[in-house]
Amino acid sequence: MTDPNALSPLDLETPDKTFLDANELVINMGPQHPATHGVLRVILRLDGEKVMGLECVIGYLHRGVEKIAENRTYTMFNPYVDRMDYVAAVSNGLGYCEAVEKLLNVEAPPRAQYIRVILTELNRIASHQLWLGTHALDIGAITPLFYTFRDREEILKIFEKYCGARLTTHAFRIGGLQYEAYDGFEKDVKNFVNFVKPKIDEYEELLTTNRIWLERTKGVGKISGKDCIALGVTGPVLRASGVKWDLRKAQPYANYKNFAFEIPTGENGDTYDRYIVRMVEMRQSLRIIEQAVEGIPEGPIMAKVPKVMKPPVGEIYHSIEAPKGELGYFIVSDGSTQPYRIRVRPPSFVNLQALDLMCRGQLVADVIAVIGTLDIVLGEVDR
Amino acid sequence: MHGFIQYIQSYLDSDKTPGGAGNIFWATVYILLVFAGLSVAVIAMNWLERKILAHMQVRLGPMRVGPHGLLQPIADAIKLLLKEDIIPAEADALVFWVAPFIVVLAAFTVFVVVPFGPTHAITDMNIGILFMLGVSSLSVLGIVTAGWASNSHYPLIGALRSSAQMVSYEVAMGLAVVSVILMTSLSSEGGTLSMIGIVQAQQAQGEWFIFKFFPLGLVGFFIFAIAMVAETNRAPFDLPEAESELTAGFHTEYSGFRWSLFFLAEYSAMIAVSSIAVTLWLGGWLRPFPNALTGPTWDLVFSLFPGITFLFLAAICFYNTARMPKHPLFRVQTMGLAGFGVVLALIGLILFIHGVRVRVQDIYWFTAKVGAFMYLYIWYRGTFPRYRFDQLMKVGWKVLLPTGLVLLILTALVGMRTELWAELQGVWRP
Repeated sequence: MTDPNALSPLDLETPDKTFLDANELVINMGPQHPATHGVLRVILRLDGEKVMGLECVIGYLHRGVEKIAENRTYTMFNPYVDRMDYVAAVSNGLGYCEAVEKLLNVEAPPRAQYIRVILTELNRIASHQLWLGTHALDIGAITPLFYTFRDREEILKIFEKYCGARLTTHAFRIGGLQYEAYDGFEKDVKNFVNFVKPKIDEYEELLTTNRIWLERTKGVGKISGKDCIALGVTGPVLRASGVKWDLRKAQPYANYKNFAFEIPTGENGDTYDRYIVRMVEMRQSLRIIEQAVEGIPEGPIMAKVPKVMKPPVGEIYHSIEAPKGELGYFIVSDGSTQPYRIRVRPPSFVNLQALDLMCRGQLVADVIAVIGTLDIVLGEVDR
Repeated sequence: MHGFIQYIQSYLDSDKTPGGAGNIFWATVYILLVFAGLSVAVIAMNWLERKILAHMQVRLGPMRVGPHGLLQPIADAIKLLLKEDIIPAEADALVFWVAPFIVVLAAFTVFVVVPFGPTHAITDMNIGILFMLGVSSLSVLGIVTAGWASNSHYPLIGALRSSAQMVSYEVAMGLAVVSVILMTSLSSEGGTLSMIGIVQAQQAQGEWFIFKFFPLGLVGFFIFAIAMVAETNRAPFDLPEAESELTAGFHTEYSGFRWSLFFLAEYSAMIAVSSIAVTLWLGGWLRPFPNALTGPTWDLVFSLFPGITFLFLAAICFYNTARMPKHPLFRVQTMGLAGFGVVLALIGLILFIHGVRVRVQDIYWFTAKVGAFMYLYIWYRGTFPRYRFDQLMKVGWKVLLPTGLVLLILTALVGMRTELWAELQGVWRP
């Protein structure tokens, strides 16, 4: 943190006198507000339009997912994780399955690994598409939303064909996959890759060089790499600040080490860089999918796991690079069929910490832009 | 009976506006016509905006109420009128009640001087353009009072934004308008502020002012075209009602009929500023090439356009009738669409009659040009992100205002070039 005093807690009771003896305005944004991406409530303290400070109030979507885990078996808890980051359910499932596999000391067979990577990367694209649409909508461009939703639909169709669900997929099982890839899965994925490449160019055409978009995003919500690390911010937000940290490269999980791909980084750590980083990430995900779909090996899709899972006593922390950042599962096992405790490290929750730092001194409109660029999902923040 | 027809005939053949002729009855008829036409235009715009925007955004838009959602605006209007009329407990009830009326009044009153044709205006004031700018800027009063009376944070911020925005863009707008007035002074009749006079000046000078002193006229037009979007609070300058930031801006607390008044005012304000732009730069009611393509043949060709347009719209209706699903559930809708097509075709045929054709073409060209602006408004909304408040101010004060000033001086210099040249020669060669 550059200046610890800059983030002193807000005193919302006594408004200060400001310029021209006007009182500071304390306004409440959310939990029902079109641009807070669900039920985030932000208390803003404004001097005119300038943000003097803000405070997030969360918990409106709290469902006690971590507590539920303590009363479910390892297998039964698997679908619950999809409900945290519901726009990237596949990633959540991957993280949980791998964590339990690590605890059980089994490894999913190669074929399962490949299909997992394809679905996870497809989900990363879907998540980024949803982010782009809503972010652009917050900044006032309505059209990209419909373009991205049109194309995201194709991904959801693939999910639906694969496992019958579109959003909360429950695609993976502990130890591998339940379903074999359906006939024509490879073809569908290849078609999708060819379909979506020009579409990403289309989004960029609407926004990347748009003057208003540049003015609204450049220099807005700046955060330095150092502050990111201090606050624990991960994912595209961290990379846009110039820190080359991607768990797919840094601590390869699944079989990401088999694929060639780049980690895009930004320089300024502003909203525009985060936009560019995510756009490049979509293209890199396509690259991974292309390689993976070419190399799906034959073989079993399920490792040998006991029907009744009783992991040995111990604890495990496993984290993956979810679309929004580092998604970690800390699981404590007491040797029974149910976990003693599961703690989730959700990227949205941790990234949301940076909101105050990024918004101070900016205008109200920038708060909206920054909430959008942080790419939070309230299901994951509140759990 | 014969006398009555003659009475009507005398109106139709008069070369004065009702206001100019001092005929109260005739003026009242015109006012009612303009009011009705405007309401229909707003309803049509409501449907068109939703449809066009939807098609830009790869979706269909309203499709359920009536064929292709044609009855959607009517359904919306009924819904709005039936809704409970809420005045928040903490609001200043009287001001809250008055605010929408101020906005609507300002938006409608400006149409008093809008010239749909050389005689088709309610009245022709010698300060017409000044009147339009003055009255249309009164609507900011309604917006500010609406925001203030709501006694709520978001409307207040919306109202603050709106007042700052409208006041700053009016300056640039005014400068662009003054440059046109300088151009009118080059006509033999001298300069004029009258809306009809401005169009007649363009006719006399043989070119639309958008092409005058190329590129000066064009620059002035662009300044106005940008400022007018800001003036009407439309995307990309829709900060006062920025949905993602201020929920609905100054009309957050309004519902039902009062809300619909704001809606009505917004759209009629759009039409009003577009008609200023059309009058000042695009030759108002003049048909394209009024001086280049003259003669009875061209007159005939251009006077056929209104009929052709309506027949074209009818053809679209018939084409879509043929494409309607054949299921019996859609029978009523299919018939409705065909009926709508028949009505449009009949109007088109009526517009071919000589007596109608000649009288209606001024109105047609004016409306077509305004319609093009309306399309632009929708297009902007589908394309641009929203400006931030400080950037909006920057564009207004640091870009448009200096450009407008330079434009004004240049227009004056270029307009006076022969006189200046003579003057200079007098100085150098005594």
